[in-house]
Amino acid sequence: MLHIKCPHCGLRSQNEFSYGGDATIKRPELNKEISDKDWDNFVYLRKSPRGKHLELWQHISGCRQWIKVERDTLTHEILKTLKANEEI
Amino acid sequence: MQKYSILNLVKEAFNKHEGWEVAWKDPNPKKEYDVIIIGGGGHGLATAYYLAKEHKITNVAIIEKGWIGGGNVGRNTTIIRSNYMHDENGLFYEKSMKLWRSMSQDLNFNVMFSPRGIINLAHSDAQMNSYSRRGNSMRLNGIDALLLNREELKKIVPMLDFSENVRFPIFGGLMQPSGGTARHDAVAWGYARQADSMGVDIIQHCEVTGFDIVNGKIKGVKTSKGEIKSKKVGLCVAGNTSVLAEMLNMTLPIETHLLQACVSEPIKPILNHVVTFGAGHFYCSQSDKGEMVMGGDLDGYNSYAQRGNLPTLQHVLTEGIAMFPFLSKLKMLRTWGGIMDMSMDGSPIIDKTHIEGLYLNCGWCYGGFKATPASGWTFAHTIAQDRPHELNTGYSLNRFSTGRLIDEKGLGTKTWIS
Repeated sequence: MLHIKCPHCGLRSQNEFSYGGDATIKRPELNKEISDKDWDNFVYLRKSPRGKHLELWQHISGCRQWIKVERDTLTHEILKTLKANEEI
Repeated sequence: MQKYSILNLVKEAFNKHEGWEVAWKDPNPKKEYDVIIIGGGGHGLATAYYLAKEHKITNVAIIEKGWIGGGNVGRNTTIIRSNYMHDENGLFYEKSMKLWRSMSQDLNFNVMFSPRGIINLAHSDAQMNSYSRRGNSMRLNGIDALLLNREELKKIVPMLDFSENVRFPIFGGLMQPSGGTARHDAVAWGYARQADSMGVDIIQHCEVTGFDIVNGKIKGVKTSKGEIKSKKVGLCVAGNTSVLAEMLNMTLPIETHLLQACVSEPIKPILNHVVTFGAGHFYCSQSDKGEMVMGGDLDGYNSYAQRGNLPTLQHVLTEGIAMFPFLSKLKMLRTWGGIMDMSMDGSPIIDKTHIEGLYLNCGWCYGGFKATPASGWTFAHTIAQDRPHELNTGYSLNRFSTGRLIDEKGLGTKTWIS
């Protein structure tokens, strides 16, 4: 069982959260010319590191806020949690 | 190579079984090979076997960081099927079915291929319609498919919960009678033994630490046992593809995720088929030892841990009990996890790369075991001929940027949603 410290609610079990994937992916800016390559990077390509991974989770059965979690993908250790608008 | 046969078995019985040869050797790596396959799982072993058998390329090394049979080839739930709707998948997996049928003879190793039939349950009229469409697509590709109604299902899988007042009543199911299971360890051992006998070096406990690339061409790999030269290198490392890709400065349309499976205590024969739940993600078959072999959803977050958490297992088994209420009486014997490449459209990649001489076989999601023979067969062709076979042309790396996805389930890019 993962225990995730929601920055709004405190320590909660994994059951209350749903996963939202890599938090470092940035959507291309809409009002600029966007190449196919940019869309490819944004939609499909992922680093998927073994080790530290910054990811989005939603506290869906709690405060319903999106949060950022820094987690080790090899050990499942949760290193840090942040509000969605905070940078690491 | 010593042949496995009833005659040799009897002969060895009189010899206290002391005359059996080792199944494969444990060589030190040579300085150079014609082809290096990274990853000694089912797909890597099969690739080396078909390189030697079909393309007469025998100066081949398989580099494995662990041991033969220790990765996903020994961690899956052994299901074999080709019940796909899209042509690319249907034709590819049907090639695999053909190779499965003759595998025990080809490899002189009993892989215990058991075409017992696989049944996907339907829980609504809409799902029956969708299965009917999939079944027709399968038949057009020469794959056997049977649409079963509720009464027919009652006869062949009587222990399913057919009550009227359940959340997901059973309307019927789609069956592929030629689907089934095989013994996964035997598949790895059989391919390893034959590949070794044809001259392939299987180098275990040897980890790749880097690549030697000059002017966009591969020259060799750096490993924990030294540098090994080769003009052709094939990556077959499902679960760890992104780690090797990082060494190559490549970013792939893949995330590594964790999938768990489990077996119950052994019981008397009760289930003759592979059966899957249609309102969630759960599949079940009974092993020859009598254990119920079960699996389902991914844990749902990027992971390289090869072990999972209980909430997912509980969720999956809740679906199992909804389907087979008797499962609740059984004790759990073992649970385990494996890590897999989840590609962004749910289909694999077998292709060349922008680096000359570097070939990629990855993205098998949670369906790689059944593909083992066809994956090896087509990857061997791709490496030997330096171009994909028509069976794996659709499994290209650039299909994501060009939009030619093979999205069998229509799930899109959220690989953790299963």
